[in-house]
Amino acid sequence: MSVKLIVGSEKITAILSGEIDHHSAKGIREKIDSAILENHPQELILNFSQVSFMDSSGIGLIIGRFKVMQEVDGKVTIEGASQQITKVMRLSGIDRLATIKN
Amino acid sequence: MNILNEMKIQFMSKSVNEGFARTAVSAFIAQLDPTINEIADIRTAVSEAVTNCVVHGYRGTIGTIEICVRILEGNEVYIKIKDKGCGIPDIKQAMEPLFTTAAHEERAGLGFAVMESFMDKLIVRSKVNSGTTIIMRKKLTSCGD
Repeated sequence: MSVKLIVGSEKITAILSGEIDHHSAKGIREKIDSAILENHPQELILNFSQVSFMDSSGIGLIIGRFKVMQEVDGKVTIEGASQQITKVMRLSGIDRLATIKN
Repeated sequence: MNILNEMKIQFMSKSVNEGFARTAVSAFIAQLDPTINEIADIRTAVSEAVTNCVVHGYRGTIGTIEICVRILEGNEVYIKIKDKGCGIPDIKQAMEPLFTTAAHEERAGLGFAVMESFMDKLIVRSKVNSGTTIIMRKKLTSCGD
């Protein structure tokens, strides 16, 4: 699991790759949070196009980043999620907190 | 119900083994020629169950997690995941979606909801200070030998 951050003036894109579970989620959130708190973006885009697996630990990860983005008055957008990942997201109701784009 | 095949594994409750567990189970089930969606559902449910053992059952300690997978007649998969950890005092509450005892660790409280929704059947047995066993079943649409 790794994350690549593209930091722009108004938005941060986090390109996640590999498998997201309880074990791998820890490192990712620290990286994303420090970029948010340094740059105060209006939008955080979480790109899942290279994520091959995600369980509900990924939901915890998204909700946590949503809270951090709320602190800087920004929003969260999710893009590129596979069918399996979208299924976990829909079950959680996370579509009420973040915009899900395909 | 006839058991056509069976495998058992046990491993330490280290978080790095969450990935090992779901991969091992899906490799065993591959003989049934499941669809991509079926294998994804099973991988996710196993990952949730094993994460529960690591995060809750053995919180802060290392114990043993046992998994038994059976292939039953009629293309049915049976998965038993067992820990000898702290147990669940109130199973009904633990199974409520969004209920978690570890919110500060960004646990979403969705583990059991995912298992229930992605598998056909889920049984949870638990005894405080003794451990938790969960049994999940799923009938596959595929028709492997």
